[in-house]
Amino acid sequence: MSEYELVIGLETHIQLNTVTKIFCACKADSWEMEPNTNICPVCAGLPGVLPVLNEEVLRKGVLLAYAMHSEIRNVSFFDRKNYFYPDLPKGYQITQYDMSLGNGGYMDLFIPEDAGATRRVSITKLHLEEDAGKTKNAGSERLIDFNRCGVPLIEMVTGPDLRSAAEAAQYLTRLRQLLRWLGVSEADMEKGHLRCDANVSIRPVGSTQLFTKTEIKNVNSIENVRSAIELEYERQVREVEAGNRIQAWTLDWDDEKNELKKMRSKETEADYRYFREPDLLPVRLSDEWIQAVLADFPELPLHRKQRFLTDYHLTEYDADLLTTDRQLSEYFESAVKVYGGDPKKIANYLMNDVLRMLNESGKSAADTRLTPQYLADIVKMADAGKINASTAKNLLVKVEASGQAPNEIVAAEGLGQVRDDAAIRAVVEKVIAGNPKEVEAYRAGKESLIGWFTGQVMREMRGKADPKLAQEILKEILGS
Amino acid sequence: MQLCDTPAHELSILLRKKKISAKEIVESCLERVAAVDGRPGSLDPGENSSQDNQSVHAMITLTAEKALAQAKGLDDKVARGEPLGSLAGVPFTVKDIFCVKDTLTTAASRMLANFRAPYTATTVERMLAQDGLMIGKVNLDEYTFGSSNESTAFQPAPRNPWDTNRVPGGSSGGSAASVAAGEAAISLGTDTAGSIRQPAAFCGVVGIKPTYGRVSRYGLIAFASSLDCPGPLARNVTDAAMLLKAIAGPDRQDATAVTKAVPDYVGVLDQGVKGLRIGLSEDYFKIVYMDAETGEMLQKPVPDEVRAAVYHAAEILKAQGAEIIEDVPMPNTRYAIPAFFVISRVEAASNLHRFDGAKYGYRTAQPKRDLREMYQATRNEAFGLQPKLRILMGMYVSAAQYSEQYYSRALKVRTLIRRDFENVFDPGSSYHLDALLTPTTPTTAFEMGAVYGDSVLMQYADQFTVTANHAGIPGMTFPAGLGADGLPLGVQLLGPDFSEPILLRMGRVFEEGTQAEAWRLQKPQVLRGLA
Repeated sequence: MSEYELVIGLETHIQLNTVTKIFCACKADSWEMEPNTNICPVCAGLPGVLPVLNEEVLRKGVLLAYAMHSEIRNVSFFDRKNYFYPDLPKGYQITQYDMSLGNGGYMDLFIPEDAGATRRVSITKLHLEEDAGKTKNAGSERLIDFNRCGVPLIEMVTGPDLRSAAEAAQYLTRLRQLLRWLGVSEADMEKGHLRCDANVSIRPVGSTQLFTKTEIKNVNSIENVRSAIELEYERQVREVEAGNRIQAWTLDWDDEKNELKKMRSKETEADYRYFREPDLLPVRLSDEWIQAVLADFPELPLHRKQRFLTDYHLTEYDADLLTTDRQLSEYFESAVKVYGGDPKKIANYLMNDVLRMLNESGKSAADTRLTPQYLADIVKMADAGKINASTAKNLLVKVEASGQAPNEIVAAEGLGQVRDDAAIRAVVEKVIAGNPKEVEAYRAGKESLIGWFTGQVMREMRGKADPKLAQEILKEILGS
Repeated sequence: MQLCDTPAHELSILLRKKKISAKEIVESCLERVAAVDGRPGSLDPGENSSQDNQSVHAMITLTAEKALAQAKGLDDKVARGEPLGSLAGVPFTVKDIFCVKDTLTTAASRMLANFRAPYTATTVERMLAQDGLMIGKVNLDEYTFGSSNESTAFQPAPRNPWDTNRVPGGSSGGSAASVAAGEAAISLGTDTAGSIRQPAAFCGVVGIKPTYGRVSRYGLIAFASSLDCPGPLARNVTDAAMLLKAIAGPDRQDATAVTKAVPDYVGVLDQGVKGLRIGLSEDYFKIVYMDAETGEMLQKPVPDEVRAAVYHAAEILKAQGAEIIEDVPMPNTRYAIPAFFVISRVEAASNLHRFDGAKYGYRTAQPKRDLREMYQATRNEAFGLQPKLRILMGMYVSAAQYSEQYYSRALKVRTLIRRDFENVFDPGSSYHLDALLTPTTPTTAFEMGAVYGDSVLMQYADQFTVTANHAGIPGMTFPAGLGADGLPLGVQLLGPDFSEPILLRMGRVFEEGTQAEAWRLQKPQVLRGLA
C-alpha cells in the first residue's frame, strides 16, 4: 500500500462568533434554542425583505484573511448562489463568488513526523457567506429549522496540498487554535462552529497528477476527520488494486458506526447562476479602515512559541503548551514580568497546577481570580521560604476560590512557614514519643521511614513547618 | 368638488383648520370606490359583465374598516390639538406589492393570494406615521411583470378611468387608476422600467420614479432589485412632492438606500425654472425595436400629437425662462429594452426562487412523492404566464454558458446608457442640461387585449422610461394634454441623480402655465356621470 500517496484538500466552514447574524439583528448563536424561535422576516427570507451587512463580520473576516496571508481586497462583492432547498428560505444563498474578501493565502504547518519540516498549505478560497437552516426527517414529514439561517460564515478552502490524515488533522488543530486566538470563532467542531469536508484522492508516489477525488462530509471532530481519511485511503487503494476506477462520490461520515457511507454519486457540476447581489453595495474597505482593524492584531501562536523558546528558555514542550491558548500565553507572560525570576518556575506552576484548576472549573486564563500578579506573589513567597511548597499549592486554590490576595490569606490563616527550631523540635519530640514502634524500626535500619516521620510532623503543624528543617531535626534526634 | 377629488395638500389644510374631518374624507373615498370601482379583483372572477367592463377595478383589498378606524384616531388627535403628520388626512392607496402588516399582500399572484405579511414596508410605515389614511391595496400586473395590468391573477383587471375599454397601463395600473378616479388622492407605486410613469401618463396623473436609493425598497416584493424604485402617483405636482417627502430618506433596513438628506420637495416648488437648461432628443421621438424574425432594428417615429405635446411643454417652460436645447444625442436609448429584458429577468428569476410552497403562500394540493415534485407543481399551478416567461428567460441568460454573452453584455449596455446621461448632465459638458424633456410613452393607452400576449411589443411601451431605471436617475411624468382619442398624454422629465427638486419645479411651472387650457377641464369618463 505504501506506493500510494494521499492527496487531501480541506473545505472548512467557520462560524463567526459575532453577536448578531450577518444580515439582520437576530442573535447569531441559537445553540439549544427551540426551532424557529431565533428568526425574523429577513433571515426567514420573507417576500420584500433586504439584507444589511453586519460590519463586525467584515472585521473578523479581515483578521482571519490577514492571519492566512490572504490579500485583503479593497473592493469585494456579494453574489447570489441560486438553488432550491427547503433550508434555504430565499432560494439563493448570499455568498461571495469571484471577488471575495480574501484572495489566496496559505498556512505553514510543522509536520511532527518529520521534525523541522514545514508544509505550506495554500488557500484557494476565503469568502464570507450566510449559513442555511437545518432540515430533518420525522416520519413522513420534513421539518425545517431556520434558526441557523443568516449565521455568518467564512468558507475557506485549501489547495490539494495535504499528504496524510495526520497532516489534515494538524491543519485543523492549527486552524482551530488560530480562530480562537484571533477571537473570530468559538471553533467548536462538535457544535458545528468549525465544519470540515475533506476531498480525498490517491496517486502513485512520485506522480504529480490529480486523480478523481471523493468528498467526505459531516465529520464533526478532528479525530474523526483523521479516521475518515484513513478509511477512505484504504478503500481507494483497495479499489485501485482490484482494478476499479475511483468514482467521484460524496461520502457521509457515520458518527456512531465510525464508517463512511456513500451519499450520492456526484453528477455534473450544478449551475448556481451566480450573479452580483443587487441588494447589497460593493464592500469597500479603505486602507485606513483595514489598518485600524489590524491595529491590535496579536502575535500569532507559532511566533509567540518561538519567542518563548528564545526569551524564556522554555522547553519545546512547555512553549507549545503555553501557546495553545492566547489567554494562557498572555497570562504566562504577565506573570513572568511581575515575578522577575526564573520563567520556568512560573511555567511549572502554570502547567502543573493552574491549568488543572482551570480545566476543572472550565474557566479561561483570562477570567481566573488568580491573577498573574497573585501567582507571582505566591511563587515569590515560596522562594523566600515564607511558605512551603505544599502551602503554595493550596494557596493557588484558595486565591482562586476567594479572590483574596495571597499574602492576606497567609496572614489571616497563619500559613507562614515555621522555621523556629524550638517549635519544630518540640513537635518532633512529641511524634517520636508517640510512635515507639516506628522509632525502633528506623533505628534498626529502616531509614526510609524518615519520610513518614516528616509527614507526621508536617501534619501536626498543619503544613506550616519548613519540611527540610523538620527532617534535619528528626534525623538528629532519631540518630542520637 | 367632493373631498375625494380634492388635492391632498388642500385636504391636509382643511383638516388642520377643522373644516373637515378625517372620517368625512375616508367616507368620501369609500363612496367613490363604491360608485366607480366595481367588484374587486379575485382569483375566480367568472366572465366579465357589461357592468364590469365599465368599472375601474383598481382594488384588490379595500381596507375600509382600517381606514375608518385610522380616521377616528386622527380626528381624536385633531380634537386634542396634537401635532399632525405631513400627510394628515390624505387618503392613499398602496400597490399590492408592498407588505403591510396583517393585510393581504398578494403581488396580484395566485402564489401569494393568502399571504398576510407579518411586517410593514418602510414606505407604507412612513406614510402611516405621517397620518396618511390607507384606503386599500390596489391591483397591478402579476409581480409587477407587465405594462397593461392585464396579467394580474386578480380579475377583472383594472381599466382606464378615461376609457374603460383601455388599459390603465402597468404595472402600477391600480395605483394610477385609483388616483385618476378619485378613490384616493395619492398612491404608492413602484417603477422598474416605467411602471409608475407609464400608467400615470395613461391615466393622466403625475408619477415620479425617484433616484435609485432615494426611497427604501424594504417591504417591496422585488421584481428586479437593481432597478426597482418605489415612488408617488398623484393628481398634481404638489401632492406628488408631499408624498415623496414623506417616503424618501435613509433606511437601516435597506443597504442601498442612500444616507443623503432629503430636501424640502414642497418648499422648492415655486422657485421657477429661470435659467434651467432643458434638452430635447430625437432619440426619444422614435421607438426602435427588433424585428422578431430577422433581428433587424426597425424604427418608428412617435405620433405627431405625442411630439407636439412635448414641444408644447417646452414652450411653456421656455416662456418662464428655461433654455431649450434641441438635438441632444442619446445614442444608446435604443438598446435599453433588450438590456432590460436580460437584466430584469435574471434578477426576477432569482427573486422568485423563494416562492416554493414550503413556507408561505400557495402550495399544491396534489400529494407529491418528493420535494422537487412539490416545488414543480406549486410553481406551475400558482405562477401565471408572466412569471413563468421571466423565469425561463432569466434562467437561460444567466446559465453559466450564456451569462457572458447575455448578462455581462447587458450590464455593459447599462453602463453605456448611464454614460449617455452623464455626458449631457455633467456641468462641465457642452450640454450641461438640468433635465431632458421627452414623451413618457410612445402612444396613449392602448385597448384592453390589443397588445397583451406579446410581451416584446408590450415592453416597447417602456422604451422612454426604462433608461432612467438603467441609469438610476429620477424621472417624472405629468399630464400634458389629451390625444385625438381623448386620452391623456404624458410628458416626462429626466434629470441627474437627486435632481427631484428641479424636476418638481419644472412640473409645477408647466402645471401653472397650463391651468387655463381646455383639456384641464376634461374629466375621466367614469367621473362624468357622477353628481
